Amino acid sequence: MSTPLWSWSARAVAEGVRAGRVAPEDAVASGFDDVAPGFEPWVNAVVHTDAETRHANARDARRDGPLAGVPVLLKDNLCSTDFPTTCCSRILDGWRSPYDATVVRRLREAGAVVVGKGNMDEFAMGSSTEYGAYGPTRNPFDASRVAGGSSGGPAAAVAYGLVPIALGSDTGGSVRQPGAFCGVYGLKPTYGRLSRYGLVAFGSSLDQVGLFARHAGDLAETYAALAGPDPFDASTRAGAAPDVSAWDSGVRGLRFGWPENLWVEGVEPAIVAALERAASLLERAGAVRVPLHFLPGRYAVATYYLIATAEASSNLARFDGVRYGLREPADDLVGLYTATRGAGFGPEVRRRILLGTYALSAGYHDAYYAKAQRARTRIVREYEAAFASCDLMLMPTTPTAAFRLGEKTEDPLAMYLSDLFTLGANLAGVPGLSVPMGLDAQGLPVGVQLLGAADAEPVLLRAARALEVDGDVSRMARGPEREVAWPAKR
Amino acid sequence: MAIDRAEAARIAALARIALAPEEEERVALQLSQVLDLVATLDELDLAGCEPTVLTPETSDLRADEPDGRTLESEVALAGSPETEHGFLLVPPVVESLEP
Amino acid sequence: MAREAVIGLECHIQLATRTKMFCGCPVGFGAEPNSAVCPVCMGLPGALPRVNARAVEAAIVLGLALGCRVRAESVFARKNYFYPDMPKNYQITQYDRPICEGGALGCEVEGEVRTFDLTRIHLEEDAGKSFHPERHGDRRLSRVDFNRAGVPLLELVTEPVFHSPAECAAFLTQLRRLVRWLGISGGDMEKGQLRCDANVSVREVGAATLGTKRELKNLNTIKGVERGVAREIEAQCALLDGGERIVQATLLYDADRDRLEVMRTKEQAHDYRYFPDPDLPVLRLRADALDRARAEAPELPWAREARYREAFGLPAYDAQVLTEDRAVSDYFEACRPGTDAAAAKLASNWVMNELLRVLKERGWGVADWAARVPAERFRDFLARVGARELPGPVAKQVFEWLPDEDGTVPELLERHGIRVSGGEDELRPMVRAVLDENPGPVQQVLEGREATFGFLVGQVMKRSRGQAVPQVVNRLLREELDARKGS
Repeated sequence: MSTPLWSWSARAVAEGVRAGRVAPEDAVASGFDDVAPGFEPWVNAVVHTDAETRHANARDARRDGPLAGVPVLLKDNLCSTDFPTTCCSRILDGWRSPYDATVVRRLREAGAVVVGKGNMDEFAMGSSTEYGAYGPTRNPFDASRVAGGSSGGPAAAVAYGLVPIALGSDTGGSVRQPGAFCGVYGLKPTYGRLSRYGLVAFGSSLDQVGLFARHAGDLAETYAALAGPDPFDASTRAGAAPDVSAWDSGVRGLRFGWPENLWVEGVEPAIVAALERAASLLERAGAVRVPLHFLPGRYAVATYYLIATAEASSNLARFDGVRYGLREPADDLVGLYTATRGAGFGPEVRRRILLGTYALSAGYHDAYYAKAQRARTRIVREYEAAFASCDLMLMPTTPTAAFRLGEKTEDPLAMYLSDLFTLGANLAGVPGLSVPMGLDAQGLPVGVQLLGAADAEPVLLRAARALEVDGDVSRMARGPEREVAWPAKR
Repeated sequence: MAIDRAEAARIAALARIALAPEEEERVALQLSQVLDLVATLDELDLAGCEPTVLTPETSDLRADEPDGRTLESEVALAGSPETEHGFLLVPPVVESLEP
Repeated sequence: MAREAVIGLECHIQLATRTKMFCGCPVGFGAEPNSAVCPVCMGLPGALPRVNARAVEAAIVLGLALGCRVRAESVFARKNYFYPDMPKNYQITQYDRPICEGGALGCEVEGEVRTFDLTRIHLEEDAGKSFHPERHGDRRLSRVDFNRAGVPLLELVTEPVFHSPAECAAFLTQLRRLVRWLGISGGDMEKGQLRCDANVSVREVGAATLGTKRELKNLNTIKGVERGVAREIEAQCALLDGGERIVQATLLYDADRDRLEVMRTKEQAHDYRYFPDPDLPVLRLRADALDRARAEAPELPWAREARYREAFGLPAYDAQVLTEDRAVSDYFEACRPGTDAAAAKLASNWVMNELLRVLKERGWGVADWAARVPAERFRDFLARVGARELPGPVAKQVFEWLPDEDGTVPELLERHGIRVSGGEDELRPMVRAVLDENPGPVQQVLEGREATFGFLVGQVMKRSRGQAVPQVVNRLLREELDARKGS
């Protein structure tokens, strides 16, 4: 084999394993032994792993599934029995789940090898992976910049080559935004298509498990293995998930919406240029541009921060020092609760719990939570109207490329506003996919976002494939400590 | 909409989160800022907009049968901070608050 | 000035489902602590609820029985409060759109039929159990067990319609009878299957508004409800007499000491921050589900009780006893050996006096009995008793054999070597022979000397070797003598 295993696509690894040409142990070892030493010490993408468990998982992997022997990193908020699940929070430090999340079970059934847990903002609350208990994840393209968040660890790991695919979660852009910052694909499926059972809840009506990959085809393969109804999650959609097997069938005749009003100001030129380039690539492939006017993102931001925090304030009530996790000593119950939660949660999580508690509390419920629910309806209608005239929309994933570490940690509002393009899809429950579109002048990845109506994953994947410019986005990644010889397209 | 220190303390008590006195001020300020941001919703015309809760239309119910998830007691309590003879231990529960 | 009490009740009915409200863990008594728990009912990170269909059915059945409006769409909501026996620190319940609204329950209070209006019935999950603190080294700690956490409950809320402790007790007794009849709950207050809180206020008679209410909790028996409410009415009257104002509060009733203790006052009241549970879809009942439930709704115990009095002519006491338990009642109806009042009374006597005694002695349910003595077998037995084929002592003996031995009544008699000359076919020739052999006494009886009739009865009994039933002999003798009168 001329190219190292860590650089292979997930589909190539699985094909090799099924044919008996590749051992899952080698696929795992290639990422951890050949690439990780150059990146992981400073990127800090992985928070829980150990060689023994990785090896055991590789040894026990099914050799006949669609993801046979494919190494996969899980965001630290997905429950699995083999590694700790801590949501990068002190309050869950050391906790091991007695059960596998449904998506984890399905990964294993498909033959994938879980290799560890990826770094994240504590309880997925953040956009930079700086708010976790185990230190920030740095951008593999620039050590002074963030990887994005909250699923920064899995995004960075896929970008630098540790694993070909990773699972994150996307409540307001937490897969798409780090995908864009790290130069990899990030898919947030339709709400209810991937089971949330075993995903530690943040905003239940917004949370979706999301996927990272370096190839559009790997996204399709992983989505097909994981999507579908789950009897343990009443919020999964009934019926089979849409068939994504035609991901490579082109975009001829597809209409893509072009809501130009969204980026007339506040979006970096490099990102506008990437949008223009994506639009012409799609047009050249036979798709049709449909100019449209879309509701500005600030309303989504306002709506989102009320609904997400209200739900979070309730979802995170269970972390109290009684049944699991951290317990701060106290003489009485209230003392136990307040001390444990005060010490166990970081500042951003506390801030959001307090905001959500306020939005639901007596006297403010109608002015905040109830109003946000109605605004959400308004936003849902906006998407419905848009998708009546097009099959997908093209818009920025983020207004800027990766920002510097520490740039926004002291200004929560600026952090919230940087999510203005991604929050809407979660409010409307529609799928979104961030596609890497190369590097800007500073050598930082830029991405564009594709949005579709519910169950439009096949359309998004076809468009993402059409934009797979050089066929292998991962050749963009480089580490400051060495030049990595990235392989040609397989 | 401004939240003052006392209000921040009240919310923190409701959320069972200990805030140091010096934190109350900062939290009050940050929450007030977010609420100012939220005020942009007043610009939206919400006439005819019923509340949305994003769950599927169908409510497929669970048959009244075991589902194989029940845990061994030792497994269920494996991650618990303090246990004894299969029970969890907590500071004294004084009032009875059965639903 | 005259005062009246105004009381509303909140009743929690623990449903007798096989599994919990939102997961497949078993519902039951006596398991080891924390042995009937899973990620869902322990509130582990990442776990999600899914609604038990049987619990929804139970809510519909109870709602229809009480004449509630059953909502085609109801919504589960989260009630947020921190408590160590609440695994998630919120309870999944229903708030502004409960499954049932309105309705009423009628019952007899001190000889008078009263109807009490209901506000609502909703579905929710039970909490775990925490126990009184005990000393552990230098600390005092409570133990917590989550086996009960997530068990399905129906909460039934009444309007403030009660004015006396006796009314509350009668209502609860009737409610307990109903939930047992419907088979949705064991209804045993001492086991916590039926729980009750009371909101009590006192006002001047004729006042337009209600007084300030205080909530009583921990009323663990029907007697406890009656006593606790009575104590609270006295307490509030005493406060008002002393010129004090009632302050909204929650109190615990201590049945052992017959005393109320203030648990918390309004200042400490919770802000529950209700909102729709985003993990659960709106509960939509299928259009045909309600129609089917209506069609399948069972006859209610009080309707059946009235029917037993009116159509079967049973005494009020019998009708009441026979409708205490639905299985007993169904068995009684199936084993009646005829449709007339005599058949009903005969079956009633045997069921009430003998069958219920055997059930109690053996600790059986009716199903245990019916497995051995199907209704048709018992009906055949009762028919023979009714036809006077079995003299009293023999009938009692045969009854004892029924649950333990196979076979028809004649087979049982034969097996045990008992000959009963009970049948008319067997007796009539004997009667005729006795009449033929005793023309003198016959003539005397025909002429009106009733004393001699006893002699003839004795002769027949003698001829049957004492096995004949005297009442049957009497009847046959009368018939035969009447026939000879004309000749």
